[in-house]
Amino acid sequence: MSEHKILQVQNLKVNFDVSSEGDMPWTKAKKLQAVNNVSFDLNSGETLGIVGESGCGKSTLARAIVKMVPADSGKVIWFGNDLLTLNKSEMRQHRKQIQMIFQDPLASLNPRMNIGEIIAEPLRTHYPKTPESDVKERVKDVMNKVGLLDNLVNRYPHEFSGGQCQRIGIARALILKPKLIICDEPVSALDVSIQAQVVNLLMDLQEEMDLTLIFIAHDLSIVKHISTKIMVLYLGNMVELANSNDIYTKPRHPYTQALISAVPIPDPSIEKSKKLILIEGDLPSPVDPPSGCVFRTRCQKAQDICAIEKPEFKEVSNNHEVACHFHD
Amino acid sequence: MSFLEVNNLKVEFDTADGVVSAVNNVSFSLDEGKILAIVGESGSGKSQTVFAMNGLLDHNGRASGSVKFEGKEILNLPSRELNLIRAQKIAMIFQDPMTSLNPYVRVSEQMAEVLVHHQGVSKSDAIQQSINMLDAVKIPDAKNRIRMYPHEFSGGMRQRVMIAMSLLCHPKLLIADEPTTALDVTVQAQIMQLLADIQKEFGMSIILITHDLGVVAGNSDEMLVMYGGEVMEIGKTEHLYSNATHPYTQGLMSAVPRLDDSADRLVTIPGNPPNMMLTPVGCPFSPRCKFANTTCSSQTPILTKVNNDHYRACHVAIEDTL
Repeated sequence: MSEHKILQVQNLKVNFDVSSEGDMPWTKAKKLQAVNNVSFDLNSGETLGIVGESGCGKSTLARAIVKMVPADSGKVIWFGNDLLTLNKSEMRQHRKQIQMIFQDPLASLNPRMNIGEIIAEPLRTHYPKTPESDVKERVKDVMNKVGLLDNLVNRYPHEFSGGQCQRIGIARALILKPKLIICDEPVSALDVSIQAQVVNLLMDLQEEMDLTLIFIAHDLSIVKHISTKIMVLYLGNMVELANSNDIYTKPRHPYTQALISAVPIPDPSIEKSKKLILIEGDLPSPVDPPSGCVFRTRCQKAQDICAIEKPEFKEVSNNHEVACHFHD
Repeated sequence: MSFLEVNNLKVEFDTADGVVSAVNNVSFSLDEGKILAIVGESGSGKSQTVFAMNGLLDHNGRASGSVKFEGKEILNLPSRELNLIRAQKIAMIFQDPMTSLNPYVRVSEQMAEVLVHHQGVSKSDAIQQSINMLDAVKIPDAKNRIRMYPHEFSGGMRQRVMIAMSLLCHPKLLIADEPTTALDVTVQAQIMQLLADIQKEFGMSIILITHDLGVVAGNSDEMLVMYGGEVMEIGKTEHLYSNATHPYTQGLMSAVPRLDDSADRLVTIPGNPPNMMLTPVGCPFSPRCKFANTTCSSQTPILTKVNNDHYRACHVAIEDTL
């Protein structure tokens, strides 16, 4: 695996305008900070796991990278080009190297297209001059790769189970031979036995095709299994970034520590004796985030300074970055 | 006499494509003050089992067999009689708290209704008791928040409201159908802790339905594993995690990635869950089972005793599955 940076995200910010109940038409819309100052580098062949609870901005971050939602500021540098400054046709050239896989396998497939058409669509869009026989060949290839029988090309999505639909989604992402695949909760909707099949498939394909992955999920066990490094998001802010083993064995941010202790382990003897760090209260509103550190309202270690000064996201040990005034 | 005894429960649905049997010959019993977890993947019949017990099947569903609660047969009772038991003695909470609360009605009304209807207390007493119960499930500022509508609560808070509502009549059995599936892990941890606390406080029995083996590990005394509408294995939770003898239970346990373990590769169960439209012949798991032989695909295995409290339904000898 070659170790060079393919993607650099710098200070990415995504805001949404929201209007609240009772607002007049001339009332200025409030800003919802969905992603706030997120920066990371991604090397070729790596898998970056992004974890966080619902509403923490992990999907928005993924979508902002491929410009599915507009970013407010920051840079997304893909092989030296800032994607955010490119126009549509320039973006298209890069877009085929970045593909996505979505959470709901059935909803992300067009019910009126057959499997062959769905998988071939990216190829037909980006390379319209490809001869039909080549398209057929490529579809067949890629179906075999993801473990689908190629005689199923004329079937429709509803004829498949959830796990198979997710394989179709993966095949569609692979047909352009992308460099980066962004997987947005790809296994959350699947049963345990099928989840394992899809995770193994993704890891095999990554090795075989030298893929780089961004893997978003709320299930920490799966993210840890598949990722080389993990970013923890809270309310749109990065709270910790480190390689996946360190995050689990030496979490330094109080939020990460609580998150890890909350993940149930399938072993009664461990689970019943485990010390649980419970986070009190609810997630604050992203429209009106707490001053200073965003986690301070629920943090056990919070002190006065946390409300005044926002902790800087900085490296505290080798490749281990944390945003906390009182990190371990 | 067991507190709850289910024998040969069968649930069938009439559909346009024929009869679908969702639950086949499920039997188990539950003692007072114990927590039973029913584990299985989607379509395994775990929810329909408890829906049938509680008379909540869809109109095209039929249940047969026997469900004895405190010695009394409750399966297929007319709803007038079931209503005397439901909420009073058997309460239920569901997966999605937003769709199980009425969005148009204030929480105070929804909660008070339970008490006024079942116990005939006055409205103001009912509201006071409801506030106490919301306090018990640790909803801050319950006195004011009870006047809110369901959408004004977060997902975790809504589930707390559901739990409080189910506890109003001090039921002896609480059925929790995937109570934390829709919630984030940190909220899940809060809710499971809450359920454990109130179980101790009220001394009730719980049937916990879930697909998450981690949740089962920390929160149950006994577990029942279902697949394709049938019971695969049943036993004490702690015993089963280290001594699973059914190939499906073993497969399920090894397919889950563990946070405290760094295996390079997950063990998978090949194939897909069964199509419940087809009448099962033999063991429902046999098409995916690596130990399957010809008996497995022709005869349905019956639940047999392995040792104390541990039963399995499998033709393959225990020694061969280890």
